[in-house]
Amino acid sequence: MLREPIGETPEASAGAAPARGPEAGDETPAREDASRVNRFAFKLANVNGTGSASANSLLMQAIFRMGIPVSGKNLFPSNIQGLPTWYEIRVDKDGYTARTARFDLVVAMNAETYEDDIDEVRPSGWVLFDSSWPLKQAFLRTDVSFLGVPYAKICTENFAEARERTLMKNIAYVGTLAALLDIDMGVVEDMLREKFAAKPKLMASNAKAIRLGYDYAKEHFACPLPTRLEAMGGPPGASPTADKILITGNTATALGALYAGATVAAWYPITPSTSVLDAFTELCEEYRVDPETKERRYCILQAEDELAAIGMVIGAGWNGARAFTATSGPGISLMSELVGLAYYAEIPAVIVDVQRVGPSTGMPTRTQQGDILLCAYASHGDTKHILLFPANPEECFHFTVRAFDLGERFQTPVFVLSDLDIGMNDWVVPRLTWDDSYRPDRGRVLSREELDALPKYFRYSPEDWQGVAARTLPGTSAKGAFFTRGSGHNKLGGYTERPDEYQEVMDRLARKHWTARNFVPPAIVETRPNASFGVVTVGSCDLAVREALAELATNGIVGDYLRVRGFPFGPEIESFLRRHDRMFVVEQNRDGQLRSLLTLETGVAKSQLFSVRAYGGLPLQAAQVVREIVHQIRETEKERPA
Amino acid sequence: MSYIKKPSARNPSLRPNALGLTVRDYEGAMSTLCAGCGHDSITAAITRAFYELDVAPHMVAKLSGIGCSSKTPTYFLSGAHGFNSAHGRMPAILTGASAANRDLIYIGVSGDGDSLSIGLGQMSHAIRRNVDALYVLENNGVYGLTKGQFSASADPGSRSKHGEPNTQQAIDPVLLALSLGATFVARSFSGDKGQLVPIVKAGLRHRGFALVDVISPCVTFNDHEGSTKSYRYTRGHQEPIVEADLVPPAAEITAEYAAGAAVDVRMHDGGIVRFTKIPEGYDPGDRDAVVAYLRAHQSTGAIPTGLLYLDPSGSEMHAANRTVATPLAQLPYESLCPGAAALDALQRAYR
Ligand SMILES: Cc1ncc(C[n+]2csc(CCOP(=O)(O)OP(=O)(O)O)c2C)c(N)n1
Ligand code: SF4
Ligand SMILES: [Mg+2]
Repeated sequence: MLREPIGETPEASAGAAPARGPEAGDETPAREDASRVNRFAFKLANVNGTGSASANSLLMQAIFRMGIPVSGKNLFPSNIQGLPTWYEIRVDKDGYTARTARFDLVVAMNAETYEDDIDEVRPSGWVLFDSSWPLKQAFLRTDVSFLGVPYAKICTENFAEARERTLMKNIAYVGTLAALLDIDMGVVEDMLREKFAAKPKLMASNAKAIRLGYDYAKEHFACPLPTRLEAMGGPPGASPTADKILITGNTATALGALYAGATVAAWYPITPSTSVLDAFTELCEEYRVDPETKERRYCILQAEDELAAIGMVIGAGWNGARAFTATSGPGISLMSELVGLAYYAEIPAVIVDVQRVGPSTGMPTRTQQGDILLCAYASHGDTKHILLFPANPEECFHFTVRAFDLGERFQTPVFVLSDLDIGMNDWVVPRLTWDDSYRPDRGRVLSREELDALPKYFRYSPEDWQGVAARTLPGTSAKGAFFTRGSGHNKLGGYTERPDEYQEVMDRLARKHWTARNFVPPAIVETRPNASFGVVTVGSCDLAVREALAELATNGIVGDYLRVRGFPFGPEIESFLRRHDRMFVVEQNRDGQLRSLLTLETGVAKSQLFSVRAYGGLPLQAAQVVREIVHQIRETEKERPA
Repeated sequence: MSYIKKPSARNPSLRPNALGLTVRDYEGAMSTLCAGCGHDSITAAITRAFYELDVAPHMVAKLSGIGCSSKTPTYFLSGAHGFNSAHGRMPAILTGASAANRDLIYIGVSGDGDSLSIGLGQMSHAIRRNVDALYVLENNGVYGLTKGQFSASADPGSRSKHGEPNTQQAIDPVLLALSLGATFVARSFSGDKGQLVPIVKAGLRHRGFALVDVISPCVTFNDHEGSTKSYRYTRGHQEPIVEADLVPPAAEITAEYAAGAAVDVRMHDGGIVRFTKIPEGYDPGDRDAVVAYLRAHQSTGAIPTGLLYLDPSGSEMHAANRTVATPLAQLPYESLCPGAAALDALQRAYR
């Protein structure tokens, strides 16, 4: 392999690299493979706002189209332009595509972060960098190979406009990687044709940039590297990604809202939930606008804040429309007031919480599962809500639909707790399917005729076996009119300050919530013979925990698996907790919120539940889980008398 | 406790309206407010207005926040769905309700605390959105329900029951609404039913956000000497500068009025708002002139009242959104879900 000469001038670029905390978890993977074909990870270090996002998603999509399981994690700053940003791609032929911090290759396109980026390459790995300027001597490592391509020079020579020169540098490295990793150029060219079908000029410059990067690599390096890709699956349709799609959780959530028949959405922009409403808006424009009259079968309200956004959702739900909002932690804090009103007055509402790092503003562009307890009990007084926990975009789609059904069935707010990792990153998931026989569960709503047949109507009585009483919608008839209030009311809907009457309603609300345990998506449970412990987890931890369990099993440490998908906790969760003496609860927050909720809401003893937490804001890695479980098992063994 | 006077058999209100309903059919539960509270008079005016407009009670949604004023939707239109929501949050809830069903008539009832302190933001944004609703701000200068603290509408220098003066500036909902682009702005006095009923009627017919600020004395906490929101003070300073009435679409305009004496403004539904008295040079359609007039007159201590500003041409929330005519809540599911085939097709973009 040829090496680009490395220049002598010390400074590649001025400016300090941002401080970066130590990142745990980079450990030797169990499934070591000499050739590392279709099993490796690489990282692209860019500057925010330079068009790297489209280059990176092009790469990700090309790999996906080659039939290889892949994931992409976009680590971006809370900034529009100028700060460092990274994109991590992991391919794994067995489908273990959780985040990993062990990189075989780093594409260093941001001189300001060279030092850290170069540091992250595994021994014997590669660094691809822009050799238009010499690399600072101090950054050099002897245990990795440096591959220099003078992208800036090449682009200056080949493109005229300043902006184009910057953008095309990033597109050019796609070409280089295609050569180095053996990405099918046919696939890449197809994608360019699709993407720029309407813009032939852009198409031409992109294709040119890719070709320049590709040719340079072919000429100067031994291509491909031993760490490379190989199309999987042979005949079309047989590859692991043949019946899969590449989609973000937020897009899938928006699709869920569209398919559930949501007509009112109210929101206030906040990362990482904004793209839910962006996608919903686009979908509505596509599917809900009358082609002739241009009339809209939806109303999207960009509210003045989250206090108002949830108020609008509640008003629309009260009036019989399927309505939702999407937000993140800070928004949930503000919404908590009216969530209590909807709970007590029994009004359906769907709240999508794409969680980010708290407390307060926290780290807006980093992921966490820090709102579990907040959402479970949002608002003052005795309140308890229904929570759904998708683990990937496919579940975002289906759980969002389910949230609308549950909201109307139980006449109550329902939270869908996604997170930034699920919501904003592209995931490979099975193609979404829809059953055309689906009809919304509108819950108990009386029509005018049904009201006419009643001697008298009361809002909160009689209740059915689920603890639900029939509601009526405004505009139905004077006989069905009632007064909705957040103040103390009796089962007839009248104002009360009487202890017995108040408690009677509150007790029914508790029964109603309890009944919902059989209607939320059941936990995923996987048991293995000889398991000596259980692992309980939730949401986006799924892939990392599965990978960790597989790896532990190869070392003879065998555990059962449970992934919580809904709250209130169903009987399958109770029974799993009863069957295991020792369980590790893996979650992405500091305080072990899922563990707390389990101890509060089930019969499990605190001493049975060991906490495994990662909450630095980056998606969970299997290595973190393995290390923590092994450590805790060792510690408990030390404590036991011999 | 005060009682809304139940009409006697001789009362002409017991005559059925076009729907065959008497004014009793527009009443609600018995009021639990203090005897003499201005809010009860406003309730009576609202009741009367709905009766006179021949509105089917179940086609009305009445919403409120929290406060003595916000309790009053219980006291009118028992045949309408009501929503006594949370302090300062009614405008958003009303907005969402209106989004879901544009066929209903919306009335929001609020107080000066509810609207000008905790709910200032939401009220302002409901105005900006031009939500189609009548918004009645029952303004007494204090927080009645929490026992008489100054509210944001208390005038500087106005004294509390215990004698201390208010030192902060007042928020004037009328000037605020005008500056936010409100399309219907009125001020009235709970003690002037003759003025209030026509204003409420016009506000209900207006397509868009109709703000009616009603001075509504709190007899318990703000009706003393030194208060600028007492009955006495308001009676002494009220200046009904504009008189307007609603001419329903059915009633043909006759030549009874001398030409030039009345200014007619045509509403969306074909009805007419007829201004029968306006000051020399005053144009209720000229926002800047109205603001200037009010500023000048209010600085002398006067309280100009009436339907002060009207712009029937503004596009309300649904017009701006181009929402379908059928209420969103009533659209058949089949018209909302693109179906399995479309899902298959659209996912080609995710390959
Ligand atoms: C979040 C919240 N904070 C405080 C209160 C207490 N509170 C109830 S009514 C009220 C003021 C009402 O004043 P106003 O709207 O002027 O109504 P009025 O009673 O004067 O008619 C307050 C502060 C509350 N209900 N909710
Ligand atoms: S306290 Fe004041 S506002 Fe409240 S009911 Fe009594 S008089 Fe009316
Ligand atoms: Mg008040």
